[in-house]
Amino acid sequence: MTATGTARTHPAARPQTAPTPAGAADSAAPPAPAAPGQAAPPAPAAPSAAVPAAGSGSPPPVPSRTRARPASLTARPSSPAARAARRLRAAALRSAAVLALLALWEAAPRAGLADPTFLPPVSEVAAAWWELAADGELGEHAGASLLRSFGGFGIAVAVAVPLGLLIGWYRPVAALLGPLLEVFRNTAALALLPVFVLLLGIGETSKVSIVVYACLWPVLLNTISAVGSVDPTLVKLARSMDLSTPRLFRKVVLPASVPAVFTGIRLAGAVSILVLVAAEMIGAKAGLGYLVNASQYNFAIPQMYAGIVTISAIGVAFNQLLVTAERRLSLWRVPAA
Amino acid sequence: MAKIEFRSVSKAFPVKDRDGGAFTALDGIDLDIAAGEFLVVVGPSGCGKSTLLDLLAGLTRPTSGEILLDGAPVTRPGPDRGIVFQQYALLPWRTALGNVEFGLEATGVPRRERAGRAREFLDLVGLAGFEDRHPHELSGGMRQRVAIARSLAYDPDVLLMDEPFAALDAQTRESLQDELRRIWQRTGKTVVFITHGIEEAVYLGERVAVLTSRPGRVKEVVPVRLGPRESGAHGEDVRSSPEFARYRHDIWTLLHDEVARARRLEKEEAAA
Repeated sequence: MTATGTARTHPAARPQTAPTPAGAADSAAPPAPAAPGQAAPPAPAAPSAAVPAAGSGSPPPVPSRTRARPASLTARPSSPAARAARRLRAAALRSAAVLALLALWEAAPRAGLADPTFLPPVSEVAAAWWELAADGELGEHAGASLLRSFGGFGIAVAVAVPLGLLIGWYRPVAALLGPLLEVFRNTAALALLPVFVLLLGIGETSKVSIVVYACLWPVLLNTISAVGSVDPTLVKLARSMDLSTPRLFRKVVLPASVPAVFTGIRLAGAVSILVLVAAEMIGAKAGLGYLVNASQYNFAIPQMYAGIVTISAIGVAFNQLLVTAERRLSLWRVPAA
Repeated sequence: MAKIEFRSVSKAFPVKDRDGGAFTALDGIDLDIAAGEFLVVVGPSGCGKSTLLDLLAGLTRPTSGEILLDGAPVTRPGPDRGIVFQQYALLPWRTALGNVEFGLEATGVPRRERAGRAREFLDLVGLAGFEDRHPHELSGGMRQRVAIARSLAYDPDVLLMDEPFAALDAQTRESLQDELRRIWQRTGKTVVFITHGIEEAVYLGERVAVLTSRPGRVKEVVPVRLGPRESGAHGEDVRSSPEFARYRHDIWTLLHDEVARARRLEKEEAAA
């Protein structure tokens, strides 16, 4: 999460927003109150100076990425090399803790701080992982797991987002269903696993269903609250333009809800892997959860750790993917101060 | 015939806590507004100014009476009226250009024409060159300019403005007031402008309607004859002229009792 935070403030555009609002607003107007005194102060007036020059009809000579240009002109004397160095340093900082953990993992069993039988050094785990990967076994298990968790996750998102939009839009429905949804959300999905197995058997259906179930609630509840917190003036605006309800949804409610909906989706992404692995430990012939469990039974400890590491790698990668998608879809958001 | 006619319009809202009670926001409003007129409505806070605008916009219906627009009763919102809100109401995920286009999409302007028209109106409000900025990259004054451009772009006959400059600093407000007068003169729109600022009312309005505090009634309509307001013709400042001061004082006097009464009502309510 912290990595996300630092990354979000990163875009070089940010400091650029500072100079524009203050002065340019009103010096852009024809009866410019600030202008008479000095002849165009150099730096902050740059964007507004371009304004009067622009002809009324033709598009002004401002590139589509307006913020890129002043940024490269004023601040930022850094060369590509300096930038690469900075990026390298940031990457080093971000991976330092993980590398430290790996080093500890390698050293502790070797130094006799941990029993190497139960905690083999990371190099052994890596070798076991490589072996599993090479003979295709790991791919097979990972494939089975990914299919189930992405399948369940996808179904849950496809159902929960439209449903949440509908429920959220009709306030009385939201008030009526709210407590019930809270009950479902707070019922640990895994507690219901026996019920799913009873009803749906021990095959794929019950596993995918439990993932769907677990992913449904965070997305649904976040979507409902997202719709509820859409700025009422925006709705009023759309109403005053006589926008039909479906268009109001598409043009106002949906885009305004994206950030909050995505928070729910990200939670669901984490949950989908968590729940699936547990389900696979109980009744499965394939999957990473099964691999971990079976390796433990057979006392193949490095293989067990290889399975665990794969699970966490998939979790991190999936989260990163969702974070990237989220950032793409909510670039417009006011950067958190 | 008047462009807009309020005929003994009343609006009451049911009150939740007190059983069966109703809160009368507006009571028997009679008001005629001519085509192309700039009418300012002033009143103490909570006197139903915004309700008046919502009614005219067709967002709510009067409890009794009717509002005629070009002789036909107002029953629903329509593209013949554009609103400018105090809080700008810009879509934060769209650029300035996209926000102006939003009004054009809503009113069914063909896609090909939208971008060109949106640019033209951003230019009109002095924002050429800022088309690609998102609202959070613009100052308050610029945001309100975008909102004004959006309302003008789909060419409504009537512009409804609900304390549009109240959230701006004094200098920005004055420059936007000038600009609004200029735009009004250029486009010939009928403008209904709501404010609680007396100076703003005198400066902008051709007529100023003073409302009473709850329930809102029209206390008096003051015609303002000040000639051209724009400073610069001879460099003088209209706001400091004796006529301006007289109008300001007249309206202040009209409002003064109402404000005192509104404050008393508020106190009683808080005590109850």
